[in-house]
Amino acid sequence: MISVKNLNKSFNGNSVLNDISVTFETGKTNLIIGRSGSGKTVLLKSIVGLHEVDSGEIWYENTLFNKIDFNDRKEILSEMGMLFQGSALFDSLTVEQNVRFPLDMFTEKSPEEKNERVNFCLNRVNIINANKLFPAELSGGMKKRVAIARAISLNPKYLFCDEPNSGLDPITAILIDELIKELTEEYSMTTIVNTHDMNSVMEIGEKIIFISDGVKCWEGNKNEILNSDCETLNDFVFANSLAKKLRLTDR
Amino acid sequence: MIKLLTQIGLYFLFLKKVFSKPEKPSIYYKQTMREFVYLGLTSIGIIAIISFFMGAVITLQTAYNTENPIYPKYLIGLGCRDSIILEFSSTVAALILAGKVGSNIASEIGTMRVTEQIDALEIMGVNSASYLILPKIIATLLFNPILTLIAIIVGIFGGWFAATLSGVITSENFIYGIQYAFIPYYITYSMIKTVFFAFIITSVSAFQGYYVDGGSLEVGRASTKAVVYSSVLILLFNVILTQLLLS
Repeated sequence: MISVKNLNKSFNGNSVLNDISVTFETGKTNLIIGRSGSGKTVLLKSIVGLHEVDSGEIWYENTLFNKIDFNDRKEILSEMGMLFQGSALFDSLTVEQNVRFPLDMFTEKSPEEKNERVNFCLNRVNIINANKLFPAELSGGMKKRVAIARAISLNPKYLFCDEPNSGLDPITAILIDELIKELTEEYSMTTIVNTHDMNSVMEIGEKIIFISDGVKCWEGNKNEILNSDCETLNDFVFANSLAKKLRLTDR
Repeated sequence: MIKLLTQIGLYFLFLKKVFSKPEKPSIYYKQTMREFVYLGLTSIGIIAIISFFMGAVITLQTAYNTENPIYPKYLIGLGCRDSIILEFSSTVAALILAGKVGSNIASEIGTMRVTEQIDALEIMGVNSASYLILPKIIATLLFNPILTLIAIIVGIFGGWFAATLSGVITSENFIYGIQYAFIPYYITYSMIKTVFFAFIITSVSAFQGYYVDGGSLEVGRASTKAVVYSSVLILLFNVILTQLLLS
């Protein structure tokens, strides 16, 4: 479980996150949704420690994460996996070297055991016969899947996904969503996904928070989101013409 | 002024991060071997070509400026040797490497920053500054003296080649000149300068790349800054080290 309490973050005096408090539950796919520039990525990067927050608390189980230094954070960091918006695969390494990297860095496994784990992770995300390819030779969807394989190679307790569907076609996007949901349940992880894709929200949103201009405006699940009283959320959810028509028909 | 002091402070904090204890020395060893190839071996060609022509030009210019019969001919060889050892093999080679290696490091690390690869390392609990930059610093500190030696040998050979081909002096005179009044400390002086310059090139360029904020345009700017700042610092330290080591 990850808890965020009264989180504030600003850049050069401009407030980006304003008094955010939320609890992300274990074994669930937690979604942070909001418009572009609403502060989703800053919140996610603050939670994982890539941004130092101005004030507030970030708890991983019983550890106050944002008050400990980098060396003390390593134990929690070793239990994290993250899927970045642009995949962030290491350009100079092949697919299998990318997935093997955390194993090389943090385990004392034999080369055979590492190979076995690499192949298991790649098979789990349906990457077949691509072990020797470099990231530049992969499609966008494959890159995301390899990044997921790298993220789960150390059996993380926490999985973070920043816009996992950006730049993907709708079918591939659904496959990535399903994969994230399956892995969350399989490994009983605490997963936090940043997205503004309503398909993802309706597919995998077990717990959803909506952020607008750095403020948490709404919290609920995918069943509740369509019947919210929050105007800004409704503007976001029913932004496209298809959703508007469906809403009018429903009424 | 405040901005400059902030940058200097940030640079020293960056160095502290770079020189912190490696997570897994065996991985760092492999990385260092890779950097030997990328930053060291691949620079031999350009250093050899430039040193050869530099040696040739020094010899010809010395010859055309010492036509007075009062000067013995072998002084051309001596002039070529000392110019190359004292200045060209270390300082000029360092300026060339600032262009080649410095821009390479800044753009590589800058690209890793803007494509979130450095964030990916940090999330895994890897000290990204140390993992990415320490092997480069070690590789250049160890390999650049070898490049300097190559520059000295090829440069003097270039001088001999130009001298004998143009006929400004005989081969015997040139060889006598390069052996005459040889001071071995000059080699030490050149090596010490090379080590300082290698550190400047790698750390300043890596610093520029590591703190890139933005996109490809900023990576290009960081690469340019890396070359400019490294070159200026090389020239500055050339004066300081010369005063300290030769006075």
